[in-house]
Amino acid sequence: MSDWEPVIGLEIHAQLLTKSKIFSAASTRFGAEPNTNACLVDLGYPGVLPVLNREAVRLAVRFGLAIGAEIAPRSVFARKNYFYPDLPKGYQISQYERPVVKGGKLTIRLDDETEKTVNLTRAHLEEDAGKSLHENFPDATGIDLNRAGVPLLEIVSEPELRSAAEAVAYMKAIHTLVRYIGICDGNMQEGSLRCDANVSIHKPGEPFGTRAELKNLNSFRFVEQAIEYEIERQAEVLESGGTVVQETRLYDPDHHETHSMRAKEEANDYRYFPDPDLLPLEIAPDFVEEVRATLPELPDAKRERFQSGYGLSAYDAAVLTAERELADYYEAVVAALGGEAKLAANWVMGELAAALNREGLVITASRLEARALAGLIRRIVDGTISGKIAKDVFEAMWQGEGDADEVIGKRGLKQISDPDALAKIVDEVIAANPAQLEQYRAGKEKLLGYFVGQVMKATKGKANPAEVNRLLKQKLGG
Amino acid sequence: MKSLRELGAALAAGETTSVALTEEALTRIAGRDQALNSFITLAHDEAMAEARAADAAITRGEVGPLAGIPMAHKDLFCTTGVKSSAGSRMLDNFVAPHDATVVENLRRARAVMVGKTNMDEFAMGSSNETSFYGAVKNPWNTDCVPGGSSGGSAAAVAARLVPYATGTDTGGSIRQPAALAGITGLKPTYGRVSRYGIVAFASSLDQAGTLTVSAEDAAQVLRAMAGFDKRDSTSVDEPVPDYPALIEESVKGKRAGIPKEFLAEGVTPGVRDAFTRAAEELTKLGCEVEETTLPNLRYSVPVYYVVAPAEASSNLARYDGVRYGHRADNPANLEDLYLRSRGEGFGTEVKRRILIGTFVLSHGYFDAYYLRAQRVRQLIADDFREAFGKYDFLLGPTTPTAAFKIGEKTSDPVAMYLNDIFTIGVNLAGLPAVSVPMGFDGGLPVGLQIIGRAFDEGGILALAHQYQQATDWHRQTPPGVEA
Repeated sequence: MSDWEPVIGLEIHAQLLTKSKIFSAASTRFGAEPNTNACLVDLGYPGVLPVLNREAVRLAVRFGLAIGAEIAPRSVFARKNYFYPDLPKGYQISQYERPVVKGGKLTIRLDDETEKTVNLTRAHLEEDAGKSLHENFPDATGIDLNRAGVPLLEIVSEPELRSAAEAVAYMKAIHTLVRYIGICDGNMQEGSLRCDANVSIHKPGEPFGTRAELKNLNSFRFVEQAIEYEIERQAEVLESGGTVVQETRLYDPDHHETHSMRAKEEANDYRYFPDPDLLPLEIAPDFVEEVRATLPELPDAKRERFQSGYGLSAYDAAVLTAERELADYYEAVVAALGGEAKLAANWVMGELAAALNREGLVITASRLEARALAGLIRRIVDGTISGKIAKDVFEAMWQGEGDADEVIGKRGLKQISDPDALAKIVDEVIAANPAQLEQYRAGKEKLLGYFVGQVMKATKGKANPAEVNRLLKQKLGG
Repeated sequence: MKSLRELGAALAAGETTSVALTEEALTRIAGRDQALNSFITLAHDEAMAEARAADAAITRGEVGPLAGIPMAHKDLFCTTGVKSSAGSRMLDNFVAPHDATVVENLRRARAVMVGKTNMDEFAMGSSNETSFYGAVKNPWNTDCVPGGSSGGSAAAVAARLVPYATGTDTGGSIRQPAALAGITGLKPTYGRVSRYGIVAFASSLDQAGTLTVSAEDAAQVLRAMAGFDKRDSTSVDEPVPDYPALIEESVKGKRAGIPKEFLAEGVTPGVRDAFTRAAEELTKLGCEVEETTLPNLRYSVPVYYVVAPAEASSNLARYDGVRYGHRADNPANLEDLYLRSRGEGFGTEVKRRILIGTFVLSHGYFDAYYLRAQRVRQLIADDFREAFGKYDFLLGPTTPTAAFKIGEKTSDPVAMYLNDIFTIGVNLAGLPAVSVPMGFDGGLPVGLQIIGRAFDEGGILALAHQYQQATDWHRQTPPGVEA
């Protein structure tokens, strides 16, 4: 089965961060009471007309520029016609033959550190549909049109992904990018970023196989599991002499399998045609340049700068630049410290990340400001505290006990580095452990650690470890 | 009936009141409209309240050219609080929560709406026979149709029930009934008047306009109706000129072309004679009139019957019984809800056009029908553009014949569609045109169509107005109707 090569393309729907809907003034806020964020345009009342939200266009252009795509000077909104209760007009306004963003590419990184450039086909603007609610409505379906008309950017990749892992890496790269450039909040639970996957398999060198479209992939894990399942399923079908049917399949995360929704051949004929209520979307070169001028440093560029500028490993640079806010925080720590980039990276990715993770906080909600963390790291660098003690100080700071110096002062955690003071303690420890001393001198040198531990215990961890080591070696050697 | 200018002056001078004018209108409608069926809904209480408010405003000195004067809206315009049916069972229960921009504009001008006029269902028809509320009768001969789809508005103004009414024109739906009912009908340039709140038929062709006694009145009403509307992306941000002033500008030396295609197909001798006399009259006014050609105009009916149904099939998809409008009783499931709500809610002509439109947009037929039609539409528009490089106006009869008998063409859709053969091209090209009465054929009125350059409503209304100064066809009233 290993000689089948998967061919995967993703269609990612990113909800654009606009205040109002793409063709109406209604709010896009998530979580409102059903049908309270829906105006007459969203409800498809007679005679109402769509008016394009220019902010949605600006965000689409932002995406296009970030992936080096062509921004179409003229694109066209089309109607995709089909009947469904959560589609009030009986058609969805989308872009069909002439999308606003054409081409572009994105570099993805796989777990083994290899890179791959994925080409994009297009990205186009469209409106979301509403939601059908089946709970709480016995013998009926409820319709919530709050989501109807929410702006989406549908991002379509070329079928260049060759494994579930590549598909996930690509989706993560899109997830990172859209948040970097501030066009989408990337909240997959709320459906702000959703994914459909087109999956087929073939033998390398042979034409592509028939594809199935997988729907409902609303987490990275589901993308991976669904695609893996689907590759296996298709391989089984083909190897048992069957043929893969072109169809839409729904991923069932509870059972880790996909099942057929409907055959694509029987699917609706969407009867696309240009929407006569909307003029073609004209985008002037000036507008494109205006948007380009506001683009932030993009993830790839930032990652490279973190490696070359801060001397970080590829892994550290990738972790720290995965989110723009995390990268900003890290840079603020380094700036406050005036260096110590590696140590700062360890603390941000270590203690800080663990604390955030533990409490489910995002970096912008961190209880420790970058300056405060830098203050703590500074005390490690200048020898005031050891790295071990620093962890306790961090915890105290996290619990709101004050800044690093306050905690160190209040708790008396200042490191003991004075050789005379330490020598006295070392002597006491050696005197109290004659048996261990004898063994050490007999050649069991790994007992050094035992003595270090005893000194640390005696000093409640405040002894300067380097100095303790030096003194112990000197005195144990006799 | 007095002109709008005269009515406005009488109101301003305190010689009459809006309440009096409105009561008179409602009384006339009560007396006459059972025979005509030109109204679907009368808004008696709302009208009287508006009239009283208008009178109070006039007393305060807030006078305007339309303030306090009764009028009617075609039932395709959404009006808050008063049913907006689009002539269809589908919307028989529909009271809009919103005013169309045109309605809003006229409300602001303190126009007093006495009711909503009958029309072909969803504006699909040329005889007003497709209305769920029954056919409208032509005041000149109640055995005849008044034309359509704005047949109710045309009949109401022809019978002088109201001084003016609004209409919409997708392929001739203002001009053709105006011609058949002996009144003045103006279709403005596409984008001149907002489409917001007008039940959509074919979005790239629909345009709201006026049905009035005279071109002078049309100028007054258009000035109040027109203007850029940010709620309609296809409305054009052009200032609204002072049409009543523009219509006084001399037409001497203007050039008018008569496309020979307008006199070719099925034009009756009576219509031809009336048109010849009208063209002579325009020459006397100082226009240079000569024959010209619009070679692709003959494709306008087939092009229209691809483009308009295509758009309609999509525009009418929203009537699904889910949120408003007709909903089938006890649907068994979703498909049953759709099939029966739409099956029961729509009439035969609407269904026919939805079927045609769905077909021409279907996979495998789209290129051959819809795309090709759009290309030919461009050729037709190019013909007009070329002609307007040479001429200020294009002239012809509005329709090939006078009004036909009720029932005469209902069984032959193609014969019905050919009634709009001279008006459809104007919609395909998005141009303004006005139909003015130019005489009679067999005792029934016929119309002269004056087509202008885009946004030259002032020019075509000037020519129409000056023609009406020199003739009195527009002052003729149907039997039993006071002038």
